[in-house]
Amino acid sequence: MNNKTKRIIPQLLTILFVVFVFGFFTFNAQVNMDNRGIDFGFGFLKQEASFDMQFTLLDYDGQDSYLWAYVVALLNTLLVSFLGIIFCTILGVIIGVARLSSNYLIRNSAAWYVEFFRNIPLLLQIFFWYYAALRALPLPEGAEPWFGVTYMTIKGYYIPAMIWQNLNIFMYCLIAAVVSIVFIRTYAKKLQEKEGKQLPLLYISLAILIILPGLSFLVGGVTLDFEIPVLKQLATTSYIYEGGVRLPPELIALVLALSLYTSTFVAECVRAGIQGISKGQKEAAASVGLTPNQILKLIIMPQALRIIIPPTTNQYLNLTKNSSLAAAIAYPDLVLVFAGTALMQTGKAIEIVGITMLTYLSISLAIAALMNWYNKKIEIKEK
Amino acid sequence: MRSISFNQIQSKNPLTNMYLGSFLLAISIFDVLIYAFFNTNILSFLPSKLSTFLPLVLGFIGLGIIRMEYSGIAILDKLNKNINTNNFNALLTLLIIFAFIKATPPSLSWMIFDANISGDTKEACTGTGACWTYIKVWFKRFMYGMYPNDLHWRINSAFILVIALGFVGYFFKENMKKYLALYYVIIYPIIAFLIIYYLISGGSFGLVWVETGAWGGLSLTFIVSFFCLIFCFPLGMILALGRRSNLPAVRYISVGYIEFWRGVPLITVLFMSSVMFPMFLPEDFFMDKLVRVIIAITLFEAAYCAEVIRGGLQALPRGQYDAAKSLGMGYWKMHIFVILPQALKLVIPGIANTFLALVKDTPLIFVVGLAEIAGMLALAKTNPKWLGFAMEGYIFAAIIFWIICYAMSKYSYNLENKYKTER
Repeated sequence: MNNKTKRIIPQLLTILFVVFVFGFFTFNAQVNMDNRGIDFGFGFLKQEASFDMQFTLLDYDGQDSYLWAYVVALLNTLLVSFLGIIFCTILGVIIGVARLSSNYLIRNSAAWYVEFFRNIPLLLQIFFWYYAALRALPLPEGAEPWFGVTYMTIKGYYIPAMIWQNLNIFMYCLIAAVVSIVFIRTYAKKLQEKEGKQLPLLYISLAILIILPGLSFLVGGVTLDFEIPVLKQLATTSYIYEGGVRLPPELIALVLALSLYTSTFVAECVRAGIQGISKGQKEAAASVGLTPNQILKLIIMPQALRIIIPPTTNQYLNLTKNSSLAAAIAYPDLVLVFAGTALMQTGKAIEIVGITMLTYLSISLAIAALMNWYNKKIEIKEK
Repeated sequence: MRSISFNQIQSKNPLTNMYLGSFLLAISIFDVLIYAFFNTNILSFLPSKLSTFLPLVLGFIGLGIIRMEYSGIAILDKLNKNINTNNFNALLTLLIIFAFIKATPPSLSWMIFDANISGDTKEACTGTGACWTYIKVWFKRFMYGMYPNDLHWRINSAFILVIALGFVGYFFKENMKKYLALYYVIIYPIIAFLIIYYLISGGSFGLVWVETGAWGGLSLTFIVSFFCLIFCFPLGMILALGRRSNLPAVRYISVGYIEFWRGVPLITVLFMSSVMFPMFLPEDFFMDKLVRVIIAITLFEAAYCAEVIRGGLQALPRGQYDAAKSLGMGYWKMHIFVILPQALKLVIPGIANTFLALVKDTPLIFVVGLAEIAGMLALAKTNPKWLGFAMEGYIFAAIIFWIICYAMSKYSYNLENKYKTER
């Protein structure tokens, strides 16, 4: 047996095994579906969905198609993930820095926070917030306003709605501001490399960011009104708030639990990143005459971020995948709406579970690809 | 450097400062304590806003005054070094202490002083605090699910047997050590499976058959996570070897498998096991729901396991491979006798972490209708006789899981340290 056959035979066997497993499953699925009179296909996506969703970002009602229900549900998933990522980052950075504090009490409180929230299963945390903590909130008629205009009730969190006029003009101004800031930054970098001059970039950027959108209010005819929620009596004992936006308790419980849970992991990443930078870096920078702010901005942060960002992105990915736990408390996310309700109605198990898995898989792979690209970009270039 | 200049002004008479500062600090803490525990405000003669913030201000000034570089008193120096280094730290210290004092009485009274544990019905709970009677009555259900009460000894003895067999490896003689891996990877899972199957499931040896639908509670959590761990380990090992193989077909298939399972959430995998799996099986081939769930979690967890083991394989120095090859060992011989024994030892902490994640993920099987502890809680919560005790139930479950997971994370941390020093 020569070397070539030695290499080919195991590969052939593996491929044969995989093909056999897939073939076996496909054959069985074919037989089972024939017996039950189900046919394979994605035509059902165009049919009327005829179920309702509690909470949507886009307009949706039962007459829309399954495809549209999928899009709306996917947006709900992304909303939870987005909010969770923002809050877990803020919390995680604070806790991670606090774990390195010189203050004994702060250091240990942060450590206990991490140990506490990390070691309780996420599902139990979601249940706790949803079934126990948020159920203890007052009814709409008994709610005290928070910050004057928002109401935290058992039926959800009512916040004022923003009513824009000419929103698109405002958006164009915002985009123009961001683009011009990017231009100015590249120009400033060139200027510094050529002539050694430094522009006060922060103030310039802030000024542009405030002035351009501000101008759109004065000149562009953009207006912004707030619609404040008002208590309204439906029946003798039933009250709701009208106007404004209602954030359902499911969303609040989910975002709370996800961000508290994930923030512990983010905190550990942040701590590892800051600890990973040797003291010599700071001292060397100080001895060259950089100010403390410059040390943080030019020496510490770029190096710490290189350690922090890859594992943190991984945690964001985990959060996005964990947001599928929404199905357990009936928040209309992708899994509940599509793999739950739509599957019950159509009975297309293979197609629907397949689509759901592929959706999450493509989110994961996209973020992983982005991460690899970023890692390549920031990795220390060795000669 | 503000603290130093602050001290220089004050340090003309350090002893007076110390007494004054400690006195102010003591007053502020005393006020908060009295207010929290006895609900009497000793500063109530002041305007309401002032009396709320006065303790904070007093404590802040007190800490500011006693802050000095060296006092000669051990406690004070320790205090200054650890919680009182500058104004910002002093403020945070006070806030944390006050928050802790404020939170203690309500939580204590809810959990202990106003709580009830006597009686067997909801009516026994008359206090304003927690109703631990509810936990007491439902305790067996939370632990064993719907498993018949007089058969609980079977679950207990099965667990004891399985754990005892797990420790058999410690008593292996020196000349038996080479079979240790064989025992844990192949023989032990089979024996454990047989024990669980015959003891808990029953049906033979004169034991009554108990269907898996009746299994539940915390014991089901353990059964599922235990089986998933022992089954996913060999699979993960094969996948890890496959991913590092130099045969392209094997490598790509392994990579595809690992990335696929790592990219999807567990909940969709469980949905797959409950609705999609039956379609893939031959006709009139019935597979129990619990078995399907265990298979699905095993496939899922094997991908994570593979990545952990791959880390161990990568950590081995290249010389080990070269040395084995130069002795004329083939692929399998090299891996079984040289590479894997060393690599597996390296990944024990990582495997412990995977197992921890697995235990934390197991409550999810509630979503497909298996009543482990989260499922039993949901059942108990909606029982008409016991409405309104969701809080107690979830806190109870959280405490149990916290103890298990915390102990495991500390254990894996210790393992990590142990193996770090050995290399």
